[in-house]
Amino acid sequence: MTAQSSISPALNVEAIRAEFPILQREINGNPLVYLDNAASAQKPEFVIESVAGVYRASYANVHRGLHTLANETTEEFEKSREDVRRFLNAGSTEEIVFTRGSTEAINLVAHSFCQMCEPGDEIVLSQMEHHSNIVPWRLASEGRGLAIKWVRVTERGELDYEHLAELVNERTRLIAITHMSNVLGTVNNVTRIKQIADDRNIALLLDGSQSAVHLPVDVQALDCDFFVFTGHKLYGPSGIGALYAKRDWLERLPPYMGGGEMIADVYETHVTWADLPHKFEAGTPAIADAIGLGAAIRWMERHDRAAVMAHERALMDRAMAGLADIEGLRVIGTAQDKGAIISFTLDGAHPHDLAQLLDKYGVAVRAGHHCAQPLMRAMGVSATARASFAIYNTPEEADAFVDALKKAASFLI
Amino acid sequence: MTDTSIQTEIDEIVEEFDFLGDWEERYKYLIDMGKALPGLPDTDKTDLNKVKGCVSQVWLVTGHEGDRLTFQADSDAHIVRGLAALLLRIYSGRTPDEILSVDAREVLKQIGLSEHLSPQRSNGLASMIGRIRGAAGA
Repeated sequence: MTAQSSISPALNVEAIRAEFPILQREINGNPLVYLDNAASAQKPEFVIESVAGVYRASYANVHRGLHTLANETTEEFEKSREDVRRFLNAGSTEEIVFTRGSTEAINLVAHSFCQMCEPGDEIVLSQMEHHSNIVPWRLASEGRGLAIKWVRVTERGELDYEHLAELVNERTRLIAITHMSNVLGTVNNVTRIKQIADDRNIALLLDGSQSAVHLPVDVQALDCDFFVFTGHKLYGPSGIGALYAKRDWLERLPPYMGGGEMIADVYETHVTWADLPHKFEAGTPAIADAIGLGAAIRWMERHDRAAVMAHERALMDRAMAGLADIEGLRVIGTAQDKGAIISFTLDGAHPHDLAQLLDKYGVAVRAGHHCAQPLMRAMGVSATARASFAIYNTPEEADAFVDALKKAASFLI
Repeated sequence: MTDTSIQTEIDEIVEEFDFLGDWEERYKYLIDMGKALPGLPDTDKTDLNKVKGCVSQVWLVTGHEGDRLTFQADSDAHIVRGLAALLLRIYSGRTPDEILSVDAREVLKQIGLSEHLSPQRSNGLASMIGRIRGAAGA
C-alpha cells in the first residue's frame, strides 16, 4: 500500500455505518439491507459534503481561470487527480485521465488504440467481461479488419489461462480483461496473464471497476498498460471515474474526443494537443464529482484495506454457509480467489422473483444478466440474482439476506 | 368464455384479496394464481408475442371467439405470471367494449399491488395492459 492518512487497524463497522445517512432508511417496513454494492455503493457524509461544499463555497470552471474561485477550484480538482494517482500508485498525475466512469475510459482506449492497429491485428477479451469491456471493442474494431478473440471461463468461473496462452500470438495487440468479475467475484491473476503475454509486446487493460473497491491496487506492480475504474462503486459520486495509462501510451494514442481544454492551439488548418493528461479531457469536466472522487479515495484510505477485505470476505463466507442449506441453490462463480460477490440461481424460481421478494423484506439485491450476457451463456444460465457486500455491511445483514431468501423460496417453490 | 360480467369478476378478485392479510399472503396468492395459469406452448413463445418493457420474459397471445377477445399468457417469472393471470381473469373472453370499460390499474390499486404499476418498474405490466387494450381498439 501507498501513503495513507490515518490507518485504523480494525474496522469499526458501526461507526462506518453511522457515516452513511441512507443506511438509516427503512424499506417496506424493514431496515434497509443494501447488498447491491457491485452495481453502485452508497456515499458517506464526507463525500456528500465534499460535493455539496464545492457548490456552496468554491465553484468555478477549472483551468485557465484568472480569478480566485477558478484558481481554488482548479487546485481542488488537480488535488483530486493526485488522490487518484496515489490510490493507484501511478508514477505521475499526467497518467491519470478523468472520465465519466469505466465505460467512458474503455471507450477512450478502444477508440484510440484501435486506430493504431493494422488489419489482421487481434484483441483478446474474456467471456467474463462486462458489456462495457466488450461493446467498445466491437465498435472501435469494426471496419478495421481487427479480430476479437475470447478467452473461455472454467466451470468454477475462473479464467482459462491455458486457453489464453493458446489465443495469444504475434498478432495480439491488446488483452482487455476484468481485474475482478462483477458477476462471479473472481479475482483474475494478473501476474499469470502478464507471464502469458510477455515478450510479445501485448498491451494489457484491466477493468478495475470492482477491484479498485475491494483490493489494494498498484498499477506499477501490476505493470498494466491501462487501468480503469469508476467513482460510484467506490463510495464516490456517479458520473466520474478515471483512466490510468502508461505515459508512453498517452503520448502515442490519438485523442478520443475533441473540444475545449484538450488543445494547445487551434488553427484553421490544424490543431495541436494539450499536454498530458488534458489531451484526453475535452470540455468542462464533472468538476464537483471529480473533487468528490478525491474525497471518496481519502475516505477509503482511512481504513486498512486488508481489514476491509477480510471483513467483506467474512460476510461472504457467512452468507455462503447460510445458502448451503437451501435446496436447489447454485452459486455461480466459486473461484479460489474471489471477492465478496455471490451470484446464484434457485431451481424453480426466477432471479427477478427473488429480487422482488427480497425487496419486500428490505434486502436490495440485483437480478438479471448483470451486463454480462456472454458470461451468462458460458455458465449456462439466463440470469442470476446477486448479493454483493461492502465495507458497511454487517454479519446480521448477511443473516437477514439468507433468512429473507429462505422465505422467498418458500413462496415460489 | 366467461359468464360472469367483467365487474362481477373484478368484485370477486377484490373480495379474494381483501380476505388475505399482509403482503406475504397476497403475494403467495398472486404467485399461486400464476402457477395455475396453463401457460403457452413453446411455438407461441415468439418474438412477436413477447411483451416489451419487461426484464423477465412475458408472452401474450391474442385470439378471437365470436365477438370476444381471448388472451393467453406465460412468463418465466412467477410474480409476472401471477400478474398476467390476474389480467387474463379480468380481460380474457370479453368484448372489446367490456375491455375498454375497465382499467386494470384501478383493480391493482384496490388489491394493494399498485407498486407494480409504475412503468419504471420494468415488469411489463403496463405493456401487457397496453397490448390487451390495444387489441380491443384503444
